[in-house]
Amino acid sequence: MEKKQLAYRALNLAELRGATYADIRFVSIEAESILVKNGRVEALSKDTSRGFGVRVIVDGAWGFASSSLLTPSEVERVTALAVKIAKASSLVKTHDVTLGSPIVNVDSYRTPLLVDPFSVPIEQKIELLLSADREMRRVKGIKVASSRLEFIREVKTFASSEGSYIEQEIVKSGGGIEAIAVGEGEMQKRSYPNSFGRDQRTGGYELIEEMDIVGNGERIASESVALLTAKQCPSRVTTIILDGTQLALQLHESCGHPIELDRVLGTEASFAGTSFLTPDKLGRFRYGSEIVNITADATLPGGLGTFGYDDEGVEAQRVPIVKDGIFVGYLTSRETAYQLGLEGSNGTMRADGWNRIPLIRMTNVNLEPGDWTLEDLIADTDEGIYMQTNKSWSIDDKRLNFQFGVEIAWEIKNGKLGEMLKNATYTGITPEFWASCDAICNRDHWRVWGTPGCGKGEPTQIAGVGHGTSPARFRNVKVGIKGV
Amino acid sequence: MLGRERIHTILKKALSSSTADQTEVLFIGEESGLTRFANSYIHQNVAERNTELRVRAVIGKRIGVASTNDLSDGSIEKLTETAVSIAKLQPENPDFVSLPTPSPIEKIEAFFEETAAFSPRRRAEAVGIVCRKAVEKGLIASGAFSTSKFEFSVANSLGLFAYYPMTLAEFNTVIMSDTGSGYSSFVSLDASDLNPEALADEAIEKALMSRNPVEIEPGEYTVILEEHATNSILIFLGYLGLGALSVQEGRSFMCDMLGERIAGENISIWDDGLDTTGLPMPFDFEGVPKKRVDLIERGIAKAVVYDSYTAGREGKASTGHALPAPNIYGPMPFNMFMQPGEATKEEMLASIDRGIWITRFWYVNPVHPKLAIITGMTRDGTFLIEGGEVTKPVKNLRFTQGILEMLSNVEMISKTTKLERGWFGGNRVPALKISSFNFTGVTEF
Repeated sequence: MEKKQLAYRALNLAELRGATYADIRFVSIEAESILVKNGRVEALSKDTSRGFGVRVIVDGAWGFASSSLLTPSEVERVTALAVKIAKASSLVKTHDVTLGSPIVNVDSYRTPLLVDPFSVPIEQKIELLLSADREMRRVKGIKVASSRLEFIREVKTFASSEGSYIEQEIVKSGGGIEAIAVGEGEMQKRSYPNSFGRDQRTGGYELIEEMDIVGNGERIASESVALLTAKQCPSRVTTIILDGTQLALQLHESCGHPIELDRVLGTEASFAGTSFLTPDKLGRFRYGSEIVNITADATLPGGLGTFGYDDEGVEAQRVPIVKDGIFVGYLTSRETAYQLGLEGSNGTMRADGWNRIPLIRMTNVNLEPGDWTLEDLIADTDEGIYMQTNKSWSIDDKRLNFQFGVEIAWEIKNGKLGEMLKNATYTGITPEFWASCDAICNRDHWRVWGTPGCGKGEPTQIAGVGHGTSPARFRNVKVGIKGV
Repeated sequence: MLGRERIHTILKKALSSSTADQTEVLFIGEESGLTRFANSYIHQNVAERNTELRVRAVIGKRIGVASTNDLSDGSIEKLTETAVSIAKLQPENPDFVSLPTPSPIEKIEAFFEETAAFSPRRRAEAVGIVCRKAVEKGLIASGAFSTSKFEFSVANSLGLFAYYPMTLAEFNTVIMSDTGSGYSSFVSLDASDLNPEALADEAIEKALMSRNPVEIEPGEYTVILEEHATNSILIFLGYLGLGALSVQEGRSFMCDMLGERIAGENISIWDDGLDTTGLPMPFDFEGVPKKRVDLIERGIAKAVVYDSYTAGREGKASTGHALPAPNIYGPMPFNMFMQPGEATKEEMLASIDRGIWITRFWYVNPVHPKLAIITGMTRDGTFLIEGGEVTKPVKNLRFTQGILEMLSNVEMISKTTKLERGWFGGNRVPALKISSFNFTGVTEF
């Protein structure tokens, strides 16, 4: 039976059984992953997963059920189960779920790309990784060199009882290299172009070719070895300049998560936590300095959080989050936007596959570029530390107190980069930190980075999200950890 | 649930369709439901049924892995073809020795009908109890209650076949006032062990005690870690350095330390997938029987866990700690136990003149993996101890410290232990009294 027929069968059955709203998503995911380590192909896999999930509102409460079996009888069983679950939910409710005005979209969307990554021969991909591996291991002192590629194609169909029918094909391509050097009681790592094993974006194999992982292999391996004997990052309050990759994670943790309206309203309280950006702060709270402008943009070409429609059938949007330093917007869903009296969802609901319910997820949460060149910014800094590439991260459950570590840092003295520093960390409180931002580099330094492993929800869901950043400077930041 | 015989037939079919020199097929089946609540109502309620087949094809020393959740005949054949075809495309991996040969597997009863049959309505009723009790105290309840049934099965072309059904029930709740929160949790193979009233009472008591916290200066304090917090530390200890791959790659604190003291004499930690007081699993994802591995014995580094690949590199036998192929993280201890002590939590409390009581940690991450230095925040019940008593709640604190340093400063260990969920399996851990615990920051709540 065709997907469309299966969809209508589910939606009709849900309504017959009392659903006031229903939607169904069919999702098929194809993934290819290759890892080369020390000249050996350590992992080469092709994974596929397909299935469907039915979401309903019955008696004013949510129910969701899913299955990997795509047959008419299973669609009926799962739809009936979703209704049964919703009825159970209604036993413990305080209000009826409302989604606001109906939304009807009939459309399709495909990630724009030049080269389908699944059409590139595996031998070619392995050779690329082996070449990068050789470049890294050319450097004496490298204990582990690893390089990887990962490609994902997600094909999904969304149909709702309101009349939406949307087909999408999202393609993600990612890759990266990592060099680990080990010394006496010390281990140091350098990654390129980002940590987390890879940078990833929506697009095709052209993204891998642009990365030039081979050309950067020897450089990061040399840096990794040099870090073993580099000076320990001092513990003091100073000026820091963060590169784009570290700033991307800073943005992710201290802005992206606290603006998720579901956690603001408490529905992540027992797991991911809540948020310091409570609704009374909307439109009036000073989140950062006047030069801080943050947008959430699901339409940004190449962003890992770029799509045509979210998993509630709402069109992708670009919305302001922080304007001239003032907090002005949340990431929303239909239900939470209605709860807060907002105009409508800004389209951020995404599910991790067919067997998960959509949650509010970051799209591409970006720090808009400023006016500086990086060279001028460093030259303008009398004393401070330039930090590159995330190594560790932690933030409290309201997203205020954070601590980050980076792979590599350099002293800045009298406007020039000085000695290399290892084990650099910095810590702060979110609004104080963003208030201390006094310079942001310009669009020439700005690009979107992928954060492929953002976790949220129970059962845990992993989402790929994006962050556009350019390097920026922050004053009076506590760096280093006394006694560690 | 497909059952042993049907799964065996599927796995044999996959093996017979493979042209590889050696082939392994892993089956993971899951049927689960999860009820999530917040603001004292159910806001999310989900169910899932999935079956995954994962084939590892070996041609000489070339390995390809493919997986699917489509179990139709044509799909299974296509799956093995894919695994074989990608294996052929790559260079040989000289470190690979062989897939494991069959070994006797201990029978463990881990499938509880009560859990398997738990309905969405019964989950809602249990959640309703917690919500009602919180609301009665003017508090807000949130949390999640899941019931699941799993089937794990492995077969390979060397004659190995293993099958294991299990159930799992998990409940956690955070109960909040305007200015504080409390936490409690439950995990068991058997959902009939669940006592929602007791869980609610525990979290409510903490939430009430946590109201209006005061700020204290970061620095070194003596602390009591409740079992949830001990578990967070143990999880990172295992992840960072108790697997053979991290040692072989020079990333582990265990490198060159086997036989040496790395923790206090009162610290013994082992992994035992066969112990039914944990969340047992009789074999790993290669079908190798789980062996008990003493990781740290009376503070001395004793051993790490192996899968067949890392064991083959050293000419050793696997200890039965493989993850599903292709496993880039190496073998992991997922059923850890920490030796209990002699103390009660009350005795620990009475012995502290000034210190901090910690319910649990949040967002723990490594700062320096090789030195096992981690950072994280306290959460959902952090209290000041003065003169042997809990005197007031404190604003949450950030800690940054080496795990081995913590485990060298353990002064008292509780005589009771609690089963806590790990990343995959479960750990059974005591509460700890630790001196010189290093707090490096404080937050605003």
